Amino acid sequence: MPDELLQTLSLRKEFGGLVANNNVDFTVPRNAVVSLIGPNGAGKTTFFNMLTGVYKPTNGRVLFEGEDMTNKPPHAYTQRGVGRTFQNIRLFQNMTALENVLVGMHVRLKGNLFEAIARTPRVRREEVAARVRARELLEFSGLVRKDGVIGRNLSYGDQRRLEVARALATQPKLLLLDEPTAGMNPQETAEFTTFVSRLREELKLSVLLIEHDMRVVMGVSDRVTVLDYGEKIAEGPPEAIQKDERVIEAYLGAAAVKA
Amino acid sequence: MRRRLSGWWWAALGAVGLPHDRWLSVPRLTRRAVKTAIWLGIGLALVAAFGVWKTAALAVAAVVALLVVPAWNRLPYGRFFVPLAVIGIVVAYPYYLGSLPQLPVFGPFPQISTMVVMMIFTMMALGLNFVVGYAGLLDLGYVAFYAMGAYMAGWFASNQFAKQHLNLGAVGLYPGWSGYHITIWLVLLMAGIATAIIGVLIGLPTLRLRGDYLAIVTLGFGEIMPQIARNGDNLFGTGFNLTNGTGGITPIDGPGFGNWAQAHLHLPANYLNASNFDSLYLWTSIVLVGITVFCSMRLRDSRVGRAWIAIREDETAAAAMGIPLMRTKTWAYATGAFFGGVAGAYYASYKSGAFPDDFFFNISVFILCMVILGGMGNIWGVIFGACFLAYLDREGLANVGAWINGHFHTNLNVPLYEFGIYGVIIVVVMLFRPEGLIPSQRRAAELHEGVHDDPLYEAETAGA
Repeated sequence: MPDELLQTLSLRKEFGGLVANNNVDFTVPRNAVVSLIGPNGAGKTTFFNMLTGVYKPTNGRVLFEGEDMTNKPPHAYTQRGVGRTFQNIRLFQNMTALENVLVGMHVRLKGNLFEAIARTPRVRREEVAARVRARELLEFSGLVRKDGVIGRNLSYGDQRRLEVARALATQPKLLLLDEPTAGMNPQETAEFTTFVSRLREELKLSVLLIEHDMRVVMGVSDRVTVLDYGEKIAEGPPEAIQKDERVIEAYLGAAAVKA
Repeated sequence: MRRRLSGWWWAALGAVGLPHDRWLSVPRLTRRAVKTAIWLGIGLALVAAFGVWKTAALAVAAVVALLVVPAWNRLPYGRFFVPLAVIGIVVAYPYYLGSLPQLPVFGPFPQISTMVVMMIFTMMALGLNFVVGYAGLLDLGYVAFYAMGAYMAGWFASNQFAKQHLNLGAVGLYPGWSGYHITIWLVLLMAGIATAIIGVLIGLPTLRLRGDYLAIVTLGFGEIMPQIARNGDNLFGTGFNLTNGTGGITPIDGPGFGNWAQAHLHLPANYLNASNFDSLYLWTSIVLVGITVFCSMRLRDSRVGRAWIAIREDETAAAAMGIPLMRTKTWAYATGAFFGGVAGAYYASYKSGAFPDDFFFNISVFILCMVILGGMGNIWGVIFGACFLAYLDREGLANVGAWINGHFHTNLNVPLYEFGIYGVIIVVVMLFRPEGLIPSQRRAAELHEGVHDDPLYEAETAGA
């Protein structure tokens, strides 16, 4: 089994004339936290969408556990073990927290249409087990006694947590979090940083993080990749990235480097 | 609007010594009893004043009160009581129809033949509810499935194919019959499966479209099918008579259990020869509706049903959760088509014919109206919507028209304005209660999503 969980080979995406990602080579090792940073419009979310099958790359390949996943539909990625959250929260707003998590379990459950109508013993057992597991996941994600709350009625922080719980329900090997701390207060952000570490240590997951909050990035990442204008401009451990001139230039402009 | 009305109402009651909070302190059971008593009182008074009074009206009121007032859910197995009681009331309908009073404006209670049609449309509406209510796919060509079912009955339970000679358990054949004659019970299943397959075939290319585009394509499909039916007496110029053209296929065999079952099990040998013809069809359709409701409920609370609702709420997120969009939507389509097909075949057997006019776009809209009026996604709402509109179509509008003409000395042909009236009903429902009369809680929330900041707005206007 290859050491790299996820690998992209010169991945490129064009929207009409605009090149959103240009030949990005990128890897996520097993059981690691990798962060993807870059100024607004650098192509981070586009890159994410290619890693989950939402966008089809113009060029290049995506490998997951050595298997070529390029051009596969999103559900195939989820099936193989890629879970994700969205930058602008996309919960099933009118389902309860528990139902949201149950939807996340879709690929791990088997009951089909006919078994559902007959409610065979196997489906019944499966449903009961799924509910137990969903409650555990909610608890793990910090949503205690929120099972029956409708998605839209949860607080902002809880909605973010529920999105993670829902993604965890797909039993991912790699979890992609798109700006998970956006809109969180400093305390929630700190809690979240611990939570990401727990994901790695307790669930043995790899986490790929798009993040703007540098304290989070520097706190949890094993490695940081920087995108600017769709190109990878730097990669390395957090300390090195902090000192990288091209990164400082991308964020603060050329004048900042000279100063 | 509603809030303001209830504000005035409670202001008026407060003036005569019953403020809202004091009313709320009364036990809930008592409150429900008082409310029901008031409404039933008004109803009975109206019947006595403007309808035709019969003592049975009191019995009807008593039964309604018995169903509505006690908190049946609290009892062990109590949640089954009301549905079972309703089934019992419908099953026994032919026996007490004669002693029911006449309502004001609407006139007599529906005849048994109308009840049969109401049940058939209920089944179709429940089938469409899988597609529109659960999976959120707007289907404007649902009639195609219904008509496909009807033609399946036409092909496999009539003399249509003169060169063939096959009898598989059919009842009531005349000497000299020809064609395929398969027992209606099997034809119902065959029609369901065939339409489900057609549903998959149509679904595969079209279901990748979203929203409006899907609606347009289904609309187009719904228009293609009747042309095939109308011109199918000489299919593609080959001289093969598939559909018998504008004449349609008639007569179609009736259902029945055969002579052995009649002799030994007291089941009717042939519905068409029975004296209580309509009642037999009614009871059978109740069974069919029951099966549809059962499947609706089971699927709603299953992995598949959750996936449908997830797709309705957010397709992208659903895909990211590993739900295969195409396959899941196609299943919804096929399930809806199945029940549409069964209902169509049953209706064809009841009417004893399948005609190209069955494909009218009007019928698609009519069934969609039932789903919208009752409440998309809510089984009980859809049943209510289907029964009510089918009743209006068959009897209600004519009765209302007769009442208007009788009282105002006009000469209106109210059923002529049928679709105009449905249009008004839909507009009114969409404006004041977009979630339908009996909404599913979830759908209601979705449709009121724009009302997020409602309290803020109210605080503002209250201050002004």
